[in-house]
Amino acid sequence: MTVLEIKGLRAGVDGKEILQGIDLTVRSGEVHAVMGPNGSGKSTLSHVIMGRPGYEVTGGSVTLDGVDLLALDTWERAQAGLFLALQYPTEVPGVSVESLLAAAFQAGGRDVAEAPALVGAEAARIGFADRFLGRDLNVDLSGGEKKRNETLQLGVLAPKIAILDELDSGLDVDALRDCSRRVEEATSETGLGVLAITHYTRLLRELKVDQVHILVKGQIRHTGGPELADELEDQGYAAYLDPEPEPEAPAADPFADPFGPGPFA
Amino acid sequence: MADPTVTVTVVDGAVHVSDLPGRWSDAGVVITTADRLDDADLAGLGVVAGAGPDVFAALNDALSAHPVVVQVPRGVRLDAPILVVDHVATAGLATFGRLVVRVGEGAEATVVHHATSGEGAVLTIPLTELDVARGGRLGYLHVQELGAEAWQVGSLLARVDQEADLQAALVGLGGSYARLRTDCRMAGRGSNTDLLAAYFGEADQTLDFRTFQFHDAPDTTSNLLFKGAVGGRSRSVYTGLIRVDKEARGTNAFQTNRNVKLSDDAWAESVPNLEIETNDVHCSHASTVGPVDPEQRFYLESRGVPPQQADRLIVGGFFDEVVRALPVAAAVPAVRARIAAKLDRTAGDLR
Repeated sequence: MTVLEIKGLRAGVDGKEILQGIDLTVRSGEVHAVMGPNGSGKSTLSHVIMGRPGYEVTGGSVTLDGVDLLALDTWERAQAGLFLALQYPTEVPGVSVESLLAAAFQAGGRDVAEAPALVGAEAARIGFADRFLGRDLNVDLSGGEKKRNETLQLGVLAPKIAILDELDSGLDVDALRDCSRRVEEATSETGLGVLAITHYTRLLRELKVDQVHILVKGQIRHTGGPELADELEDQGYAAYLDPEPEPEAPAADPFADPFGPGPFA
Repeated sequence: MADPTVTVTVVDGAVHVSDLPGRWSDAGVVITTADRLDDADLAGLGVVAGAGPDVFAALNDALSAHPVVVQVPRGVRLDAPILVVDHVATAGLATFGRLVVRVGEGAEATVVHHATSGEGAVLTIPLTELDVARGGRLGYLHVQELGAEAWQVGSLLARVDQEADLQAALVGLGGSYARLRTDCRMAGRGSNTDLLAAYFGEADQTLDFRTFQFHDAPDTTSNLLFKGAVGGRSRSVYTGLIRVDKEARGTNAFQTNRNVKLSDDAWAESVPNLEIETNDVHCSHASTVGPVDPEQRFYLESRGVPPQQADRLIVGGFFDEVVRALPVAAAVPAVRARIAAKLDRTAGDLR
């Protein structure tokens, strides 16, 4: 049993605090969805957990089975069993997914000779065409192919915990079904724990969610079961947002005509 | 591509040419030194270089003792590359190697030119002339792997005639100071040239490339892609000019130079220029100098690849766009291996 434990996490960019104390626990086999409006800090949460440069952690902790992840480099976090599927997978010309995964195997002390067969099997499973395997990473791939590629890497690397940053954006329904189904299968086959960051509930049709967390202004405002996702689909986030401040009455114009505009205005 | 059939070896200026296969000599292929040419062929030498564009070319013109000449007659297509190895063995020597490649009308040839030297300080001032006649095709690969103490001030002068095609690629790896000037003239209508380079500086090296793409005739195309990396305290300079004559309507000319800096002390300069005298053209130039892309590094790291290994993959991939397009497929694995060895040596400079 693996536990990803996020406690009181505060983080920001350029001195501006975006995450204002996040508490979240993801265990093996569980699927947690983090939903929220634009600008609520969803992507920041995923990037900070993976250690993307440019973010500053100002408080709290993130541990994986008791290991302090925030003290590790990004690659060490990955080797510890963490995976991040990017919303916009980066193009890396001249580097193939095969060579990337071989390098990851080598760094992790896994048998590099096993990589090609695993890559081939995952490609078949996720419907990622073989001809893309030797090509430049994410270069000239459609949105759906990019997300299949991310999911293929997840399948081959077999992490303990996967963070999916808007896996459901920029892809067609077929790719969405294949990718979310593959992640769902991993939760039972290898006990993958999932933290899925999303705007929409469509990801959760194939991926059976255990808990839904609503993130607003860097804080989790509400946590509920799968029914919460349906409620959000119907009613949006309005109930969880701060009330808009009352617009202030315009200050009186000291130069206004006290008698009003008059008949000749 | 098959292994080279003919090898020309130049050591400290002394030339040895291996035997030509019978099918080549029967077809009239000539690979020899200039002093063995008949008068008619001799008269055709130097037409591309003329007096030479600068003092170094003029020096070569005055001092090259045994120009090597490769002549492929009209319509003859060579089935294997020709290898020319120019080695400077003796420290303290200055050499003025000259290579002339003349591809006749509708003929095809591939030449690999490998420049090497020993450990000691040497000066080499080579000049290469490439002359591709109407409808001819030439692939030319120059691999500069001089010793760490060598200085090179080289010239590559090319003329591409009507409907002819030149693929010229430069791989710059060695030398203390290595400069190569490339003047490529699209002289005939519909001619096409691809100019490629991969260069990689380490330690205290300076690598200096100057390119000229001259479009003198209508409907001509030139496409230049130069990619370099600098590690340690090395420096690279790229200066390029596209010049489109007012006669050269319908020209397509492109110039791209990309550089990766692998250490804070390394330095890369890129100076592209355009000079266009007609309206009916498509021209572009682009140049970049920067460190390894942190987004790419993060992506690879997020898969469990350590940063130094990630940078190796990224820089190797950066060069691959050039390396896989080299005009001699058989040389690709060797060039990849050289770049990998450079990456091994500069790995400590990364980050």
